[in-house]
Amino acid sequence: MDFRHTTRRAVLAGGVALAASTVARPLHAQSPQVLTRPIPSTGEQIPAMGLGTWITFNVGNDPVLRDECAAVMAAFFEHGGRMIDSSPMYGSSQPVIGHGLQKLGAPPVFSAEKVWTSSGEDGPEQMEQSRRYWGVPRFDLMQVHNLLAWQDHLKTLRAMKEAGQVRYVGITTSEGRRHDLFEEIMRSETLDFVQLTYNIVDREVEQRLLPLARDRGMAVIVNRPFQQGYLTRQLEGEKLPDWAGEIGANTWAQFILKFILSHPAVTVAIPATTRVDHVRENVAAAIGPLPDEAMRQRMAAYVEEL
Amino acid sequence: MSEWWSYRLSDFLLFSPRTYWRLFELHNEALWPLPLVTLALGLAALALALLRARHHGKLIAFVLAILWAFVGWSFLWQRYATINWAAVYIAPVFALEALLLALLAGARDGLTVDQPGFRRMAAMALIALGLGYPLLAPLFGRPWQGAEVFGTAPDPTAIATLGFALLAGGGRAMLLCLVPLLWCAASGVTLWAMDDAQAWVLFASAALSIAALTAVIWTAFHRPIRTAGLRQKGPV
Repeated sequence: MDFRHTTRRAVLAGGVALAASTVARPLHAQSPQVLTRPIPSTGEQIPAMGLGTWITFNVGNDPVLRDECAAVMAAFFEHGGRMIDSSPMYGSSQPVIGHGLQKLGAPPVFSAEKVWTSSGEDGPEQMEQSRRYWGVPRFDLMQVHNLLAWQDHLKTLRAMKEAGQVRYVGITTSEGRRHDLFEEIMRSETLDFVQLTYNIVDREVEQRLLPLARDRGMAVIVNRPFQQGYLTRQLEGEKLPDWAGEIGANTWAQFILKFILSHPAVTVAIPATTRVDHVRENVAAAIGPLPDEAMRQRMAAYVEEL
Repeated sequence: MSEWWSYRLSDFLLFSPRTYWRLFELHNEALWPLPLVTLALGLAALALALLRARHHGKLIAFVLAILWAFVGWSFLWQRYATINWAAVYIAPVFALEALLLALLAGARDGLTVDQPGFRRMAAMALIALGLGYPLLAPLFGRPWQGAEVFGTAPDPTAIATLGFALLAGGGRAMLLCLVPLLWCAASGVTLWAMDDAQAWVLFASAALSIAALTAVIWTAFHRPIRTAGLRQKGPV
């Protein structure tokens, strides 16, 4: 299956679709196949490894660093990635993404953006500015960043979705903040996506939010998979267990990402990086076997003991 | 934004250390050889202060006013704001400092050297640090091309200004030190969030300035503040 041609095709929905992860052929013919997951509200398949841009893509007008970001994007697309996530809060990340997309000849990106302003009235103008920075005809996904003015923005986003100006709507949080309100909104609103922090150490969302997302048919984007690099730095000197090879994890980053992706409610993880070798390593985590529940417990226990 | 207590300092850092330090490489490259000129202006200001040349107070204030306006516009507004949206709000504060200095340049004494003893030593140390700031780049393992230079980069400009203001002393110093002190705190916190030891240079500069300012205030009153019931008896 070529994910470039499945963007609007409805396939299985709900729990059946979630359980039935499929594979997609990446752009590069020789590359292995990357795991895809369905977006529950439509069944559209999307590669399970995305690309975050927090800090890493905020490089201003630096021509060297802009081209490095474009190289990261090129490697990401080449190895089968598709979702790139950003926000107006991320400094120059949006125009840097636009630079990369233009340089790469408009690759088939799944554009995930956010609206981040305390005024509902300012939302449309900010989103239009974001769209111009990216240079895309419309965003695939627009999320309310950190629940800021969420009632006003969700109203706007629903209207935009009905008018075909955005394909999916969602909300975000990070680092475990405002989970009570997040849950309340998930229960009361119709959302295509939710974005939250989840990793092998920060597992609170396993209790309520991830099961709720499954029940409510919402796709889940996982941010801060490495705790902004803190987790991988902490594990750097530790030995990867021999049994990590059973799930095809060759590095700690892949170990962590495979743990995240193996949760049945998770749709896409969005690690951020400035390095081409790291983006390859990250995408490779979405290739090959994922841990089962018993292995997940073993992985979490192993990291906890370190 | 709610739950402020759950935020760490690093959560407010929008860019990587590499991106931040490369700003200065690009800045120097774009302005070259202007950093040499602004550094020379700083050395000239120091020479004027040491020699207590005629009208040195006005000339020093005028030079600093120009440089604060320039740093605010060229670095904060045009360069730093590309990776830190908060810089847009800080640039006008630099313009305010420039305005204060310009007003002082038009006043009778300007920044006339007027401080003896510890305060003078502290002031000279701050000026020397501000003018010698480019040396920190190789000391902290960064290339010369990314050196922060007095008159084009904010940190050395703020630190040297603290020194010149303290040399003058009095109410002028109090007023002129406020913005540089705030900048030292903000920039120091930024470097701290980046886990960069150079943050201590800014914190130490601010601490030394506050100590010297305290000495200025102390000697401005006949009796110690804590026992005099804050009753002013006029300057010494």
